[in-house]
Amino acid sequence: MKNRFVLFILALGLCVTAQAASKVKVGFVSTLSGPSAALGVDIRDAFQLAIKLNGGKLGGLPAELLVADDQFKPDVGRQAAEKMVKLDKVDFLTGFVFSNIMLASVPVAFENKTIYVSPNAAPSPLAGKQCNPYFFVASWPNDAYHEAAGQHATNKSYRSVYLIAPNYQAGKDSLAGFKRFYKGSIANEVYTQLGQLDYSAELAQVRAAKPDALYIFLPGGMGINFIKQFVGAGLSSSIQLLTPGFSSDQDIIRPVGDALLGTFDTAHWALDLDNAANKKFVAAFEKEYKRLPSVFAAQGYDTALMIDAAVRDVKGKVEDTEAVRKALRAARFQSVRGPFKLNRNQYPIQNYYLRVVAKDSQGRLVNKTMGTIFKDRGDAYVEECPMK
Amino acid sequence: MTWILIAEQSLNGLQFGLMLFLLAAGLTLVFGIMDMINLAHGSLYMLGAFLAASLVQATGSFLAGVLLAIPATAVLGMLLEVLVLRNLYQRDHLSQVLATFALILILNEAVRLVWGSDAPLPMPASLSGPVELLPGLFYPAYRLLIIAVGLAVAAFLFLFISKTRIGMLVRAGASNREMALAMGVNIRVLFTAVFGVGAALCAVAGALLAPLLAVQVGMGENILILAFVVIVIGGIGSIRGALVGALVVGMVDTIGRAFLPIAFGAFLPPQFASAAGPAIASVSIYLLMAVVLFVKPQGLFPAR
Repeated sequence: MKNRFVLFILALGLCVTAQAASKVKVGFVSTLSGPSAALGVDIRDAFQLAIKLNGGKLGGLPAELLVADDQFKPDVGRQAAEKMVKLDKVDFLTGFVFSNIMLASVPVAFENKTIYVSPNAAPSPLAGKQCNPYFFVASWPNDAYHEAAGQHATNKSYRSVYLIAPNYQAGKDSLAGFKRFYKGSIANEVYTQLGQLDYSAELAQVRAAKPDALYIFLPGGMGINFIKQFVGAGLSSSIQLLTPGFSSDQDIIRPVGDALLGTFDTAHWALDLDNAANKKFVAAFEKEYKRLPSVFAAQGYDTALMIDAAVRDVKGKVEDTEAVRKALRAARFQSVRGPFKLNRNQYPIQNYYLRVVAKDSQGRLVNKTMGTIFKDRGDAYVEECPMK
Repeated sequence: MTWILIAEQSLNGLQFGLMLFLLAAGLTLVFGIMDMINLAHGSLYMLGAFLAASLVQATGSFLAGVLLAIPATAVLGMLLEVLVLRNLYQRDHLSQVLATFALILILNEAVRLVWGSDAPLPMPASLSGPVELLPGLFYPAYRLLIIAVGLAVAAFLFLFISKTRIGMLVRAGASNREMALAMGVNIRVLFTAVFGVGAALCAVAGALLAPLLAVQVGMGENILILAFVVIVIGGIGSIRGALVGALVVGMVDTIGRAFLPIAFGAFLPPQFASAAGPAIASVSIYLLMAVVLFVKPQGLFPAR
């Protein structure tokens, strides 16, 4: 189905190659296999949904989406990005879920002056000193959910919180973000291997430390395994689990189930956010894929809308990179998260919400919005960014 | 309260060690008896997990699915031995490494074609909670099951190798292959049988660990490296060495992950401790292997 769609678009493209910018080519490299595949799949599906709802177009031009799997490996991701940028000459590159894979791959785009619009990873180095004119973030800065969670822990006046994250850039960013706004004491701060699937040793340490709350940053399959094992060890009754929004969203709810009930999390988007764009997106996504969208899906959808708006605003002249950049920076579209704008480092300034996992009227597990933690929050690194 | 922590971490180390033993036992026999380096051993672990996932789904019963997956994997293992690996016994180790590495790639892609890149294998609901072993000491029921099965298989293997006729032939093959041949042992059949047993043990480990971890293409490669570390530490060809080596590796890995960061925190500034702790913990078993190789180059229990 997807292949046929791409072929159709390809054929369409071949017929009209004589004119300049007769179509817009988007390269999409993401993690589409392995335990963390659900993230990339949600981003891809939502991106394709946005194109479909648009009549197969982005900004009025027929859209061609090239999809590749990075297999959760930085070298594979970089190879795919290199092929798309240099050989396929895509107008936009997007897709990466994981910061480490993206950081290995995007320099290829930057060197080639190809714009990368991030549907997820937004690490701190690219927000500050190394901010880049070709790097746009349609999601949220790596620290943001964690800063909101830290603020929530402070609001709840937890006395001690135990922190766990994988030992890589986004893991370090996440716990730094939590600590920036958390005023209580840290029971312990543990860094595990990226991709680790067995957390028995870590859970025993948590049990012995007896914290008020446990905050984890474990995206994808790591989080699924951790939460299952956390419940299996009988810790869920005595320790409040706090997570960033994506660790208890639909892609985690499906395999973990009722164990997640009552988990608090923080995000820039929720299923029940009250705006027209979000209602349209949630309904269309559920109709198309027979499942509820996750926060990753919302990001993928917004990424497509952001590219759509930019191509529309430059009237299809995608080869004028400077004009496209200006249009992207303006971000004139109705985002599913509600109003937001881009900072001068091209990272978003937006609201962050507290959510809780509960049952909806149909008995399904969903995240319900409980309140706003931050209003119009940017990031902590923009001061170091030399871009104007 | 620290005794609870120590008890729980010991059980964690024991559970991990026993699963490593199931993999290392097959590997050490194949290496010791046939003098064959089989890198594709991890692929049998993966095949066992995928077969268990399908069979559990087909039969609707966790027990039946896992019990069926074990002989199925053993048959696949023996087929592999008869069709491919048998031709490699006379070759040098380099050819064996190259050929079995190719097998890893081929089997990974074959599994991807048949099952896709991953498969669901849920934990039985009755075992998904904790059990209170002693007052205050809670332990996940499923991990206890793994420990019980691991101990049972280890005991069975010990009796099988030390008390039965086939076990005697296996020991003879491991300590001196040429002499066993000269005494008229049907080495072809023995090799195939040993390979089947190794594959069955892989399937037990793969099927039991799958609900805790994940059934995915490439799951065998990481654990294969650990299994090689185990047999190098334990001494190649020795089941006893594999058991001791696996338990030592399981314990050291668990202790490293649990206590090394704390130990570093005690005498290093926090920014170094938080960087050095996880880094040293993830290489602790390789440090252990280096020390064992330095002190006893043949491993702890050399077979010959």
